[in-house]
Amino acid sequence: MNEYVVLSSILFTIGCVGVLTRRNAIVVFMCVELMLNACNLAFVAFARQHGNLDGQIAAFFVMVVAAAEVVIGLAIIMTIFRTRRSASVDDASLLKY
Amino acid sequence: MSIAFEEATVPVVDPSAADGVFSLLWLVIALPLAGAVVLLVGGALGRPGRLLDRWGHYLGVLAAVASFGLSVALFVSLLGRGEEERQIGQHLYTWFQVGGLDVGLDLLYDPLSALFLLLITGVGSLIHLYSVGYMEHDVRRRRFFGYLNLFVAAMLVLVLSANFLGLFLGWEGVGLASYLLIGFWQHKHSAAAASKKAFVINRVGDIGLSLAIALMFATFGTTDFAGISEVAGEASEATLTAIGLLLLLGACGKSAQVPLQAWLLDAMEGPTPVSALIHAATMVTAGVYLVVRANFIFELAPVAQTAVVVVGAVTLLWGAVIGCAKDDIKKALAGSTMSQIGYMMLAAGLGPVGYAFAIFHLLTHGFFKANMFLGAGSVMHGMNDDVDMRHYGALRTAMPVTFATFAMGYLAIIGFPGFSGFWSKDRIIETALADNLVAGLCALAGAGITAFYMTRLMLMTFFGEKRWERDVHPHESPAVMTVPLVALAALSVVGGVLVLGDWIVEWLLPVTGVGEHHEPPLPALAITAIIVAVVAVGVAAAFLLVGRRDVPREAPRNVSFVTRAARADVYGDAFNDTFVVRPAAELVRGLTTADRVGIDGVVEGGAATMGGLSGLLRRVQNGYVRSYALSLLGGVLLVVLALMAVNLA
Repeated sequence: MNEYVVLSSILFTIGCVGVLTRRNAIVVFMCVELMLNACNLAFVAFARQHGNLDGQIAAFFVMVVAAAEVVIGLAIIMTIFRTRRSASVDDASLLKY
Repeated sequence: MSIAFEEATVPVVDPSAADGVFSLLWLVIALPLAGAVVLLVGGALGRPGRLLDRWGHYLGVLAAVASFGLSVALFVSLLGRGEEERQIGQHLYTWFQVGGLDVGLDLLYDPLSALFLLLITGVGSLIHLYSVGYMEHDVRRRRFFGYLNLFVAAMLVLVLSANFLGLFLGWEGVGLASYLLIGFWQHKHSAAAASKKAFVINRVGDIGLSLAIALMFATFGTTDFAGISEVAGEASEATLTAIGLLLLLGACGKSAQVPLQAWLLDAMEGPTPVSALIHAATMVTAGVYLVVRANFIFELAPVAQTAVVVVGAVTLLWGAVIGCAKDDIKKALAGSTMSQIGYMMLAAGLGPVGYAFAIFHLLTHGFFKANMFLGAGSVMHGMNDDVDMRHYGALRTAMPVTFATFAMGYLAIIGFPGFSGFWSKDRIIETALADNLVAGLCALAGAGITAFYMTRLMLMTFFGEKRWERDVHPHESPAVMTVPLVALAALSVVGGVLVLGDWIVEWLLPVTGVGEHHEPPLPALAITAIIVAVVAVGVAAAFLLVGRRDVPREAPRNVSFVTRAARADVYGDAFNDTFVVRPAAELVRGLTTADRVGIDGVVEGGAATMGGLSGLLRRVQNGYVRSYALSLLGGVLLVVLALMAVNLA
């Protein structure tokens, strides 16, 4: 049981650091996916431990949301790339004070 | 005295319903009011307005004369009634009804208001007529006559109302008309300022009157003369004294009595017919009317009554001293008006023995002072509107009619035996001496000073050398102006008949009641002789000091303290400035500073702090997604840590 949670934490941390440090929008996106799946892993592990299906249902919801997010996120990244000729998240910084 | 004096009583106002000719009472007010409405509103109507510009002033005169005719008819009918039936009430409609306060627009026609009706509409008609000549070339003539009619209507409301609220309505109405007419030549800065001054000082008095009315309602539950006179005795003396003093404050404001006297001299900025009608003959005597009308209050409040006497005595000397030093003919007459109203106040403060003589002097003063003001207007008309008496001199040949009529007014005011002023002033001084020796001596001294300043005015204007300006050609005024002068001069001469056989005393008996009569310290004839002697001394002094010397064209500078004080209106304005205007201005300035520094400082300082802080804070919104993510993570960590801390604790 412990191992699952530790793996989940490691995956989440990797995703988190990736989001905070990488500039390429596609990589940032993949890191977000990594964090989501780390959560899924934790959900499923805890569901198994408690012996009910609540965590597994939550994992399905996360997958659905992640799929929707991918669709919209990739579309946004494509559009930014078309207009700015770059996939760096730091270049899209016009919306500020 | 031909009246049998019983014990002192306060009469109760108990009017009977109006019938016959008396049911037309409302028309006396309605006629001039309609005139005012037509003249003031009609001017905005295009073609009819232009017609009114040309002919409207005759409409104004007609309204006043018709009202006078009706007043005479009413007076004659009242004469025909028995003494007990001489109070007639007319209920027009219920003005308003709030809780226990039921105020009707009621009229009360009794011997007192009958005399006022004759004075207001009679002298008013003559002055309307005079104004036709005086205002002939004024482009705003229609408006002037509209205001005059408005004044007459308001003054009639004042004296005809049967309750204090109606009286207050008229009181404010005449105040408005006075304001409009003092500032009639509004392009002159001095006239605009004078009208404002009159209005503001009158507000002070009006506060007194309105508080008195409120106090009367709180005490008696009504504002009707009838209701209050019936139950006045049940109130405590302290309440009655407070009401009396507040009423006196109101009377001081309207009648230009010390300490609210300062506006009257400036009010002379208005056209001269206005000075004659409003600021000499009628409106300024409203205070005397108020005191006499509220006799049921003053009779029961001896302190307030004494205050009336003191105010009267002080003002009659105050005004007389001012009159001695003024070179402006209208201001000299205005000082005289203050002084003469002081006489009336003094008499009114003496109680039932004085009321009739106060009203008697009010009537004779209305005749001779209106006469002299109109005479002064006639002189100014011939002298290109110059008011400085030092530029007059020797006008008796150039303006014989004005001179002759003015002389009648002069003889009346100084109390030359046989003229109207002689009878009225003589009676006041006599009563005052019997009742209150100090007040009597003040009145006696006032008679001497009156003789002095009026003789000085007469000598400087009509006698001596010609001191005219170069391009001035004095001429007699047209007949439309001299006819009212002649009529008023005739009244100034014969006005004294009202007191023959104590007619006026008996006539006013239902209003004033019978008072305790004191024996004068000397026989009446001896007192009369003393008064005449004092007057003769005043006249002689004027002849010696003014008549036998040349009058310099410029006012001399090196004059005594008394003259300087009198020229400065006995420092009335200086006093107001020092003790009222400047402290108030300082207070306002202090409040403004406190507002700007204190309250604005707090509010604007707070706003500036928030603005500065948000200026710093918005730097956080830097547009980099990753920094947002970092703060999101930080926030989540904080929440998690907090939850853990709570759970572990």
